[in-house]
Amino acid sequence: MFTTKSGEKIFVVDGHVHLWDGSDENIKNRYGEEFIKCFYDYHKLSPKEYVWPYKKYQKYTDEDFEQDVFENGYVDFAIFNPQYLGDFYHQGFSNLERNEAFRKKHPDRVITNGFWDPRNEEAGLKQLEQDAQKFGWRGVKLYTAEWKGDSKGWKLTDPWSYRYLEKSQELGLKNIHVHKGPTIRPLNKDAFDVADVDEVASLFPDLNFIVEHCGLPRLNDFTFIAAQEPNVYAGLAVAIALIHARPRYFSEIISELTFWLGPDRILFGSDYALWQPKWIIEKFMDLELPEDLAAETGPLTLETKKKILGENAARLYHIDIGEQNKQFGLPVSDKAEPAGTTAPVA
Amino acid sequence: MACLDRREEVWSALDAVTDPEIDESVVSLDFVTELKIDSSNRVEIEFRLPTYWCAPNFAFLMASDMRDAVTALEWVRDVSVRLSDHFSADLINRSVALRQDFRDAFPGETDDDLSAIRQKFLGQAFERRQELLLQCLIARGYGPDWIARASLSELIGLELDQEGIALRNLYLFILRKMDPDAGEEALAFTTANKRPLDNQDLRTYLRKIAATRRNAEFNGFICRSLLSERVKRESVRKS
Repeated sequence: MFTTKSGEKIFVVDGHVHLWDGSDENIKNRYGEEFIKCFYDYHKLSPKEYVWPYKKYQKYTDEDFEQDVFENGYVDFAIFNPQYLGDFYHQGFSNLERNEAFRKKHPDRVITNGFWDPRNEEAGLKQLEQDAQKFGWRGVKLYTAEWKGDSKGWKLTDPWSYRYLEKSQELGLKNIHVHKGPTIRPLNKDAFDVADVDEVASLFPDLNFIVEHCGLPRLNDFTFIAAQEPNVYAGLAVAIALIHARPRYFSEIISELTFWLGPDRILFGSDYALWQPKWIIEKFMDLELPEDLAAETGPLTLETKKKILGENAARLYHIDIGEQNKQFGLPVSDKAEPAGTTAPVA
Repeated sequence: MACLDRREEVWSALDAVTDPEIDESVVSLDFVTELKIDSSNRVEIEFRLPTYWCAPNFAFLMASDMRDAVTALEWVRDVSVRLSDHFSADLINRSVALRQDFRDAFPGETDDDLSAIRQKFLGQAFERRQELLLQCLIARGYGPDWIARASLSELIGLELDQEGIALRNLYLFILRKMDPDAGEEALAFTTANKRPLDNQDLRTYLRKIAATRRNAEFNGFICRSLLSERVKRESVRKS
C-alpha cells in the first residue's frame, strides 16, 4: 500500500518478482555463471544505496524478500514469474518448490506462476497438468530463449507450443507472461522478434499475453502489435528501472505505451531482486511527464498510475481490492471511489 | 609517424562500422578493446560486447563488417578480428577468419544468410537518421510541403548550421547505402520503402519513425550501461 502526499492509499501488485538461486553451489557451468553476472550488471541501474554486494545478489533469503518487497516496498501482492534455466543451474535458477513454500507462508500476498517448455512435448504436457493442480497456478511465464541441449530457444508459433497454449487454456492458466531473450532459432532472424506474440494472441483471444519488458529491445514493434491485439499487455519490468538513471527515456516509454495501449493494459513489475520496488514506486509516483510529451500523448494522471501499479494486475488475477483493503483495515466502500478504480472480479 | 597514421586510418575505418540495432559506431560504443599493427602490415582487432549473450547474428555482422572495412585499406596485408567473452565466440571467430557465410558458422541453425536481417536494420537506421534530420529541419522552419517535395539536390544545397550538416551527412550516407543509384532529382525524403511522404499527415509518419529512433536510443543506453559495468567487474577480477 502506497500512501500519496495527500493521504490517498494506493493498492500495489508487483507483477514480476523472483526468489532466485545463482549461488556458486547451484551454478552448473560457465553459462550459469555468466547469466547471474549479467543480471548483476543490470542491477547496477539502481540508485547506489540500493546496490547489493554480488554474493548477496547471487542468493538472498526469504527475509530479504519480505523486508524489501512487503515491508519497505509498498507491495500488497507479488506475482512470481519463474525462470527455470535447468541447463545452467542444478536446482533451477527459480525453484518451484521454494516459490510454493513461500506462497504457503504468505497465501494472501503471493501468487506463483508456473512455466512450460514446448520442447518437453508429450511428457511436459502431463507434467504441466499435474503441476498446475498441485501448485494452483493461474498463469505461466515463458522464456523463449531458454537453452535445452542443442536447442537455443523456441517460438510461440512452434507446433508443440500450440498444444501447450491449448492446454493452458483448458487448465485456466489465463495469464501468459512472455519474455523474449536473445538467440531464438533460426539464428539468422531477429532474435527479439515479437511477431509470434501477434499470431498466438489472435489465435487465443481468451488468453492474456503479458509481454515482459514491453518487448524491449523491440519496443516499437511491440507497441504496433499491442495496439491491434486487445489481449496483449505490457509488463513494465526492466523498462521502469530506467526511471532512475534515465527519467526522460522512461517518460518517453510510458507515454508511448499509454498512447498505444491505453491505461488498462500496462502492469507494474520490479523484477525483484534485479531492482527494489521501493525506489521504483516512489519515483513513479513522483513522475510528471515533460511538457512536450504531455502535449503529444496527455499527462500521466493519478488514475493511470493506480491502474498500472495495481488495478490492472488485480483484474487479471482476480484479486479483490475491496477485500484486501478490509484486511488492512481500510475503507472498502466502492462507491466512495471514482468509477473504475475497483477491479471487477471476473 | 607513419605507424601512427596507420593506426588512425584503421580507427577511422572501424568508426564507419555500426552496431546494427543501435546504429552507432562500434568505436563510439567502446566495443573495440585492442588494435595491433605489426611490421608486415597485419592488423589484429579484438572486440567485446555488453553481455556474454548478445545475439550471435549481430556479433557476426559486426565482426565481418570490421574485417571488410579494414581489409579495404590499401596497405593492409591481413586482418584478424577476434570477439572475446561471448558464448559463441569460437564459432564466430573461426568463420570470420575463413571468410565464411553465417550459415557455415552455425550449420543447421539458420535457414538463410544474414542479408534479410541486414536489410531490416538498415531500414531502421534510415528511419532513425531521417527523423533526427527532419526534426532539425522542422525546428528551422521547413514545413511539411517542402519536406514532402524537396529533391536531393535541394537538400544538399541547403545552408545549415554545424549540427544540421552533421545530421544531413549521416542521413545521406545511409540513403546512398540503401539506394546507390538515387539521382539528384530524386525525392530527398521518402519512407524506407521509397514511398513518397504525405504532406497532409506528416505527423503520423514522424510518430512512427520517432518510435524507431527512441528504440535505438533505449538499446544504446542499456548497452552502454551494461558494458561499463562489465568492464568494471572484469578489471576488478584481473587486478
